[in-house]
Amino acid sequence: MTAVSSLTVIVLVAGILIVLVSESSLAIHKFGILNFITSTDWDPVKQTFGAATTLFGTLVTTVLSLVIAIPVAVGIAIFITEIAPNFLKGPIGVAIELLAAIPSIIYGLWGLFTLAPIMSTYIEPALQDTIGKLPFFSALLDGTPMGIDLLTASVILSIMIIPFTASIARDSFKLTPEVVKESAYAIGATKWEVVKNVVIPYSKLGVFGGVVLSMGRALGETMAVAFVLGNNHQITSSLLNAAATITVSLANEFSEADTDIYLSSLFFLALVLFVLSFVTLFIAKIFLNRAERKYSR
Amino acid sequence: MNHEIKRKVEGFIALLFSTFAAFFGLFWLVFILGDVVVHGLGALKLGLFLSDPVPAGIEGGGLRNAFIGHLMITSCATLIGVPVGVLGGTFLAEYARGRRISRIISILADIMVSVPSIIIGTFIYAIMVRPVGHFSGWAGAVALAIIMIPVVLRTTEDMLSLVPWTLREAAFALGAPYYKVIVQVVYRGAATGIFTGILLSIARVAGETAPLLFTAFNNSFFSVNMNGPMPSLTVSVFQYAMGPYDDWHAQAWAASLVITVFILFLTIAGRLLLKWRYKQ
Repeated sequence: MTAVSSLTVIVLVAGILIVLVSESSLAIHKFGILNFITSTDWDPVKQTFGAATTLFGTLVTTVLSLVIAIPVAVGIAIFITEIAPNFLKGPIGVAIELLAAIPSIIYGLWGLFTLAPIMSTYIEPALQDTIGKLPFFSALLDGTPMGIDLLTASVILSIMIIPFTASIARDSFKLTPEVVKESAYAIGATKWEVVKNVVIPYSKLGVFGGVVLSMGRALGETMAVAFVLGNNHQITSSLLNAAATITVSLANEFSEADTDIYLSSLFFLALVLFVLSFVTLFIAKIFLNRAERKYSR
Repeated sequence: MNHEIKRKVEGFIALLFSTFAAFFGLFWLVFILGDVVVHGLGALKLGLFLSDPVPAGIEGGGLRNAFIGHLMITSCATLIGVPVGVLGGTFLAEYARGRRISRIISILADIMVSVPSIIIGTFIYAIMVRPVGHFSGWAGAVALAIIMIPVVLRTTEDMLSLVPWTLREAAFALGAPYYKVIVQVVYRGAATGIFTGILLSIARVAGETAPLLFTAFNNSFFSVNMNGPMPSLTVSVFQYAMGPYDDWHAQAWAASLVITVFILFLTIAGRLLLKWRYKQ
């Protein structure tokens, strides 16, 4: 009984893989794997489908959100472990973790009605007027700020993954032996030098694992981005344009897919996402396990 | 001397930045929660819980159907997911303790916890919706249960591993068979922990939207038929927020407030329980 229950996990992973492969076989046969991934066509009317536009959106939002989230998350971890007075450590840690408990649909709703207008009226024009004047950034910030775009989606995603990265970074930081830190203080290092030269190098495996884990989360986040990305299948150089991610396309088009090849292509997208996030999460797991083994020595 | 000042300034700036980062994180929490409360409270009326949706564009109506539907889907998911998760965790921590299979399942479960939930939705659509030809509440419940199983399984495993081995040996010495030891000794020792795991997993699935979109789908009518399409709060929020009517938006905020309060309550309750039980 118990053995059967635990085996459900293996059955589920294998089942998901098998079902997704068999459901997408139609699209795999028609478009080919490599061609599907590199093709930018997504045209339900002409019945030609390719994953490049959605892959682009997924990767851009993921990378951009990580760029925003990592420094903030590491900063939070440093604050909680090294700076905060004891009575603040607990409450701030809990508050940051509550951010992780808020369901993604709330982030999406808030993003659509609160953040998007703020982005389009204040932040995006301000960005355009300042760094948007520089040669490289002008292409990135081209277009009319609408608020429904890659930048807003990435900001929301980053708020969502900060808690994951921060709590793993905090746990890794905490594992640095006091003795090692104290010996650095004893030779006159400042607090920041201890963090920079002792704590971070010591815990980098764990922090890195946390970052990869958050990346896996960001790849598959659906509802938070579905509200503010616009589901527009295009590859664009400007972050102020609407785009589509794999998850957003699935959410918006799955129940509307009217032909077999359309549905099969959507299953193919799901398969690509599954493989992508599974591999990412597996890598994260390896790093975290290795970190754990290293510290428990 | 100059070098020393530079080091101090550099340290000060770095620490200032991380303090700022912490308050940046807090700022979002307060901003989001505050916004949900402000918008949600304004729209929170008794009618929201007591009446069903009215045709699109007409003012009024409520989300009684979605509240009931959400409750039914989540309860059924709990009824399916919790036993499987707890039994599976028991196997990993007790019968297969230290074996290779236990490690493999454990790692797979950890990965499954973070696998995009929308993929679970597509999976269930393929095996439970398309073959029968219509959306159903059961499909939604199973999708949520699949998300729940790895969460419950991992916490059960961890909590059972915390129970000292000597306690089991004491029970063995009295001649108790292993299953009796597990049920009467180990489960008792780990009960609070497992219960917390269950609370947190309910909190996790109660806010899920993506796996319900094409399994339970939606239904603007009151329905307790788990075999047909079922409305849920989260999918209703998605539909209403994307819709054109101000009245819909207000109801979406109110429903969001209810979901958020419920989930944060479960999360905080779970944390307090854990703290109280394992305070040493």
